[in-house]
Order: sequence, then C-alpha cells, then structure tokens
Amino acid sequence: MVYENPDGVMIGLEIHVQLNKLNTKMFCGCSTQYHNAGPNTHVCPVCLGLPGSLPVINKRAVEYAIRIGLALNCDIVEQTQFHRKNYYYPDLPKGFQTTQYDFPIASGGKVVIEGEDGEHVVRITRAHMEEDPGRLMHIGSIEKSKGTLIDYNRSGMGLIEIVSEPDMRSPKEARRFLDKLRNIMEYLDVFDSDLEGAMKVDANVSIMGGDRTEVKNISSHKGAERALLYEIMRQKNLLRRGGNVVMETRHFDEARGVTISMRTKEEEHDYRYFPEPDLVPMRVADWAPSIYEALPELPDAKRERFVSQYDMADMHAKALTSDIRVADFYELVAAVIDPRTAAAWVADVLKGELNYRDLNITSFTVDDIVEIIKLVVEGKITEKSGVQVIRTIMDEGGSPQDIVRQNGLLRVEDDIVTQAVSEVISENKDALSDYIAGKGKSLNYLVGQVMKKTNGRADARQAREMMLEAIDRINK
Amino acid sequence: MAEWMNISTLKETISGSSAAEITASYLETIGKSGINGYTYVFDGALERAKSIDKDGHGGMLAGVPIAIKDSISTKGMPTTCGSKILEGYVAPYDAHVIERLKVAGAVILGKTNMDEFAMGTSTESSAYGTTLNPWDPKRVPGGSSGGSAAVVAAGETPLSLGSDTGGSVRCPAAFCGVVGFKPSYGAVSRYGLVSYANSLEQIGPIATSVEDIAVLMDVIGGYDSRDSTSIDKEIRYQDALVDDVAGLNIGVPTEYFGEGIDAGVEKSVWDAIHMYEDMGATWTQVSMPHTKYALAAYYVIAMSEASSNLARFDGTRYGPRVDGENWHVMASRTRASCFGKEVQRRILLGTYALSAGYHDKYYLKALKVRTLVKQDFDRALSQVDVLMAPTMPTPAFKIGEKIDDPLSLYLSDVNTVPINLAGVPSISVPCGQVDGLPVGLQIIGKHFDDSTLIRSAFAFETNTDHHTMRPAEVV
Ligand SMILES: [Zn+2]
Repeated sequence: MVYENPDGVMIGLEIHVQLNKLNTKMFCGCSTQYHNAGPNTHVCPVCLGLPGSLPVINKRAVEYAIRIGLALNCDIVEQTQFHRKNYYYPDLPKGFQTTQYDFPIASGGKVVIEGEDGEHVVRITRAHMEEDPGRLMHIGSIEKSKGTLIDYNRSGMGLIEIVSEPDMRSPKEARRFLDKLRNIMEYLDVFDSDLEGAMKVDANVSIMGGDRTEVKNISSHKGAERALLYEIMRQKNLLRRGGNVVMETRHFDEARGVTISMRTKEEEHDYRYFPEPDLVPMRVADWAPSIYEALPELPDAKRERFVSQYDMADMHAKALTSDIRVADFYELVAAVIDPRTAAAWVADVLKGELNYRDLNITSFTVDDIVEIIKLVVEGKITEKSGVQVIRTIMDEGGSPQDIVRQNGLLRVEDDIVTQAVSEVISENKDALSDYIAGKGKSLNYLVGQVMKKTNGRADARQAREMMLEAIDRINK
Repeated sequence: MAEWMNISTLKETISGSSAAEITASYLETIGKSGINGYTYVFDGALERAKSIDKDGHGGMLAGVPIAIKDSISTKGMPTTCGSKILEGYVAPYDAHVIERLKVAGAVILGKTNMDEFAMGTSTESSAYGTTLNPWDPKRVPGGSSGGSAAVVAAGETPLSLGSDTGGSVRCPAAFCGVVGFKPSYGAVSRYGLVSYANSLEQIGPIATSVEDIAVLMDVIGGYDSRDSTSIDKEIRYQDALVDDVAGLNIGVPTEYFGEGIDAGVEKSVWDAIHMYEDMGATWTQVSMPHTKYALAAYYVIAMSEASSNLARFDGTRYGPRVDGENWHVMASRTRASCFGKEVQRRILLGTYALSAGYHDKYYLKALKVRTLVKQDFDRALSQVDVLMAPTMPTPAFKIGEKIDDPLSLYLSDVNTVPINLAGVPSISVPCGQVDGLPVGLQIIGKHFDDSTLIRSAFAFETNTDHHTMRPAEVV
C-alpha cells in the first residue's frame, strides 16, 4: 500500500533541543541547573552580556552536537564557525544571538520513521548550535500586565536546532518524527525531555496549490499534531474558497488550538548575519571518528537486538525501545525473569498502566515488578491480582508483599479448594439435585459456598471448574 | 607637580619612602590638573597604596600607579566608555588586564577620558568633555585613548592602559609625545575591554619609555582562556630590551609618506631612520600597494562590528533609560538620546553595511581587502625585519578643527589602521618635534614578533633623547 497524500501536504520541522544535560552553558561557566532556582541566580557577565565580556565555546556542547549529528546520519563540518544573528529583544542581552549560519556543525542526514505506508525517510537538512535567550515574565495577565520581568537564567543555554526537509506528509508523520527525534536525543544522553523548555518546534507547512507558512510556538508533540491539523485544514479551506495561501509566519495559540498570522514575508527581519569575531574557528574534523566509536546503541539497533536476543515480538521490542528508560528498565527485569514473560509484563501491562496515569517508568521500581511477576509465575497470585498489585502501587503506594497480604490475594492451594468442594457437595444435597435437574443458578450458589469456606482466597473461576468436575464425577 | 618617573625610579623611590607617598603626590597633581584627562579618580587609591606598603608587596609593579582607559572594566569603578549611555554603570568584574595589574601590585588611580566608545581620533567625541593636549591646551591629545596619553604626558600618572582599534593608543601617544604600544592581536586578553571592533582591537600600554612598556606588557600580556582570540604563545618583553640593531633590516613603505603628510613630520621620521642607519641598521623602500584601500575597509569592518557590539546598550539592564510606551520605543529613545552623534553615525553605517543587499558589496568586500592588506604586510615583512613610518601624518591638530568634518578626521588614521587590519604589532615612539609639537615614529613588526619591535624601539630610545622631551608645564 502506498500513501497517496491527496492534498500534497509537505511538512518540514525545525526543532530546538536544549542541551540540558550539559553541566555548563554554551559560552560561559554558569551552571545549567537553574530549573528550581530563583530568577537571575545562574548568571555571569558573559550570559548577561555585560560590556566587555567574551564568549568561550563549551567543548562538551560541541561534542554533544557532533554526537547528535552522527546519530542523525549527518556529515560533520571540519571546523566550527559561529555567526551573530542581530535583532533587538529584551530577552537577548547582547542584542544578537550567537548561532551558526552557513557552516552548521552537521548537515545532510536522515531519520527513518514509521510513516503512513511503512518505513519513511525524513531527510535532515542541518543541525546547528546556538544559545537560548532569557525568559520574559509578565506581571499579571498578558493583557493587563503592569510590566515585564526578565530572568536570564536560561540565557546562554546550549541549543541544537535541527532542521528537516519538508518530507512529512501528515501531522501524524510529523508527530512520529518528533517522537523518534526525542527518543534518539535521550539515547544519546544529551537531553532530558522532562525539563521545562527542553524542546520547541517550528513547522513549515504547505499543501498542493499554495505557498508555505511557518507555524511557531509549538511546545509539545501533541501540540505539533494539533497545530498542523488546524493549519492544513485552514489552508485547504482557504484554497477551496478561491483564496491564496501566502508565505507568512503564524503563531500557534495552544489554548484555542488555532494559528494566527504574525507577519508576512515582506516584514521578515534582516538579521545581518556576520561571523562572530570573538570566537575563532575550532577544528573538530578529528573529533568525529572517536565520537562515532563511542556512540551508544540507538533505538533501531536496540529494537533489532531485543527481538533476536530476547526472542520477543517486534511489537514488544518497539514498545520497549521507544524510551531509553523503559529499555534499560526492561533489561534489568529480563536479567532475572524469563525475557519473554518480562517483555509482556513491561510492554503490555506496566507501560499501559503508566500511560493511563501519565506517569513514566521512573515512578516504578525494577524490584517491585520482578517480585510481582515472580508471584504470578510461581502461581502464588493470579495474573489479575498481579495487575491489581501494580495499580495499587501506582495509586496508593506500598510493597507487593503488603498489598497481596492486605487484600488476601494469595492464591490458596488446590487441595484446600478440593476439600471445600467435596464438603459443599455433601452439605448441600438439595442444591446439587436442583442443578442436576437443570437449575443452572444453583451452581452459583454452590461455588459461592466454596468461596465462603475458603474465605474468598480461592480463584472463583478455578472453584467453578473444580465444582463442575466434581459434579461430573458424581453423575458418572 | 610630579616629575616624569619611570618604573625603576618609582620603585626605588617607594623603597626609600612609601607607595602611599607616591600615590598621594600623583593624586595631588591630578587634583590641580586642567586637562580633563580623568573621568574618574579612584578614592580608594591611597588606601590601596598603604596596604601595599603594609604587606610589603613584592609584585613587578608594587605600589606603581597606573591610569586605565574608561573602556576597560574595573570592578567597583565606573566604566562609561566616554558615553552617556553608560553613565552610572559600575563594572561588577575586573578585566583580565586589571586582575593582572592587581596581582602585580599596581595602584589604579582612576579611569581616563576617551572618544565615545573609542570612536574618534581626538577625544572630542567624549560625553565628558574634550581632554586637552598638555603640549598645547588648544590642541587635541589624539584619540581615542586621549585621556590615557595626556595624563602620562602631564605627569598625572607614570603609566596608563589604552586600547587600540585603529590607532587609538599610537595616535594619542604620538600627539602627546609619549610611547604607545599596540601588541600583536592575541597577545593581550580582551576580556573586560568593552568592544568597539573585536577583530581589530588590542589593549595597549602607554608610558614615558620603551622600558616601562616592556615591564607593563610582561604584566598584562599572555594567554587567557576567557578570550578565545588570545594566543597561547609566550613573549618575554623585558628580555627584548637590548640596545642592538646592528644588521636590522628596516622597510620604509612609500605609501605611508603619501599625500597630506606634514613636511616636518616627514623630516623627523627620516631623521630617525637615518639614525638607525648610524646605529648599524639598513633600510630599503618597500611597497604596500593596498594601503590606499585599507582606510575604507577598516571603517566598514569597524562600523559593522560596532553596530552589533553596541546593540546591547538598550536601557534595559544598566545605564540610563528614556521611557516609552513599549520596550522597542524605550530602547530606541534611550539610544537616540544617550549615544553621541559619531556613535550613531557609525552604528547606522555599520548596520547599512551588513544589511541584506549591501552585505556583499560592503562588508564582504572589506573582508577581501583586509586579506589583501594582510598579504601586503606578509610580503613586506618577509623581506625586512620591521617597517617604519610616521604614526600620524601631522602633529596634533586644533580642538574643533576636524570634529565637524568626519571624513578628514577619518583620513588622519591612514597610517595606523592597516596595522590593525593585519593584526601585527606596532609602537609609536617620540622622534622629534614640529613647532613645539611632538612627532611619533611608528615601528611595525611581524605578528607575534613583538620582541624585535621592542628591541628596535629600545635601541632608538637608548641612543636618542626625544623621549625625554616634556611639555612646558611639566618640569
Ligand atoms: Zn554565565
């Protein structure tokens, strides 16, 4: 099956990834751990742009950028070259952003995603390094704001901007691309997606018969899909009504789910790019081979390995490798539990319950899941009880042992049930003859008596089966 | 009035009396001065001198006073760059060179006047009034480090630091009859120097002797990881203080003696070159054909970089603010009212030169010319050891004479800017007088061969007495 793409949708993405796993900012020694700190506490003359301060390239940031470039199958530039992008804005303390222009650190790569019709290649145009600006905070609501405060803690944080070719043919593909990209970044250990402001997306969208528009201010993967669905619908309606889609920049209003025109092409800034004279080019041509050697196993490779090493279904391998933390979690479980059983529990049960609660794998422990799976495998609790224990831990906390005990989930031994069944049969001759005479309801009563005798610890279905077997024997 | 004293005399005097006494005598001279060389006098200078006396500081400059150009960040002191837009701004950190000076035991007397953001050749564009030339108060001291040179010439400090983007140390040194040195690009960290044109400028010392220049360079020079353009290669300046130019090959670039050169200046410089000949050196004429394009290229590059460097002054974080109905209006009003005319002119021209549609025509072309100018130097300096030329084509001009004619003012930089385009070192030493006004001899060397330059200048100083000529008021 080939995807027809009836509207000729073309989507290209620009993704800003904050290198928040670095210890220090892009051009100064300030700590990147500002997320829980007071405003303007993680600043210095350099990231405040004080007169006379000078930037110095964070070598680790360059290494991270190369790591990302290589993971996206890009070519790496011979030497770094930074440019100044000049524009005035209060969150930009130098009046220009230090970024890369015609010599990005990485270019010409590709990422394979699961597209509308199977494997689909999204080409990567380039990935370049730049710095984050500060953050504006309005006093009161944005309409009635009495003033604006600026927090420069974020100023100078290292960013990688990844630019794709317009190779995505639907919002769904765009979302899959973003998920894949985030997944790769986390595998590379350069990025923590949970931190505020970690990833931001701008999208270029066009459909057949119109010019492309740029949609800015997309802050989540879900938001990207929504923004794109809206924008494509808007463009389609516009063309259907005989209008023109003009080249413009639009702003995504997350709350209302619509895109709003910001400026047309004629109003575009002239950024007056020129080479940053304070940063001399740094030769990195020799870095790439050793960084490549040291690249960790990436999602696609891990998925293949899981299938072959653990003999699991590809569906499970895909689910387990779509988040490095889940993959690592799984491998710890698989070290002590049969890998196929572990895969089913982690991929199907645990991930499902976590997703349902919007939690991630870090809110569950390997020890707990191992203990629960063992209880099930050894027949001490039923599968259903296992799920119940997982849910209880997520919702109320507690250890598997305590939850099993407090809820009486321990499965009773078969002989106790057998004895209960024969006792119930001899004590309830009337109900037994009623059932044999065709009164189906009597069976429920008999099973209920078994459950009562075992204080509810028997498995109801098992009790029912054993009762039927016993009646069969009597009938014969 | 304090006498001109060099570092070794000062150190002797200090060990005889005290650093506090020396500092007090300079402060007294500054107090009586009418040349407006300082924009700020440090009220803690005496305390600092006393503590150096008490600690028995053994640094290379222990107790030696120094004045700092107001574009060099000095913790706890105003750093205004001669501009209203930095009025009230007190630097919260020390420039690299200030850290080095403090470690060496120097006593900072204060900050010196300059053309606003170092944009000028006369110190007339300062928002804090013009500095007067100690040789003739009706004349400019040169610029942009006019305050730094004038206070040394007037005996208001034995040493000072300036910065040289297109001649800003050498020009005022020549006009004020003192020694001014622009090191090789990358020899001194720019960390803390408020940028005018980053790819061109260096911090440089001003003093009354080449010997003092060398001492000061040994203190402030050297690699600093906070300036990516700083070069990790040691130069030992004091080791170059050798009175020996036998066999030295001097190149005399024809183009530096072109149209508009004062006959008296030309004669003084040739006399100096002949003096070198007498000392055992040889000279030969060399041609640097792209010199005539250097000035235009220099101004395009400097203004382009400046337009970006000065974008940060928007009234948001420091300095005065003129309110407006929104941020952009506030920033633009602040800039319109707090930047002087010359600064606004250069920001506008630089913005223009970098704009889409003009970028290639101006900025890129200027970069190409810069490469050609560099090649001129490479070629010439592969044949000779140093180049010699007038620092300035004329002696100090009158206050007001050129300030309303920017083009003629820019033209006076014709012999200094090519050096900054090439990044090579250059020193201006006094080599005579014209009508009672000092003339500077400019010696230019190979990149990072500052030693040959210092040796050449030292030999000249040792065998002549031009550097001992002092303005009349200074006895
Ligand atoms: Zn910082």
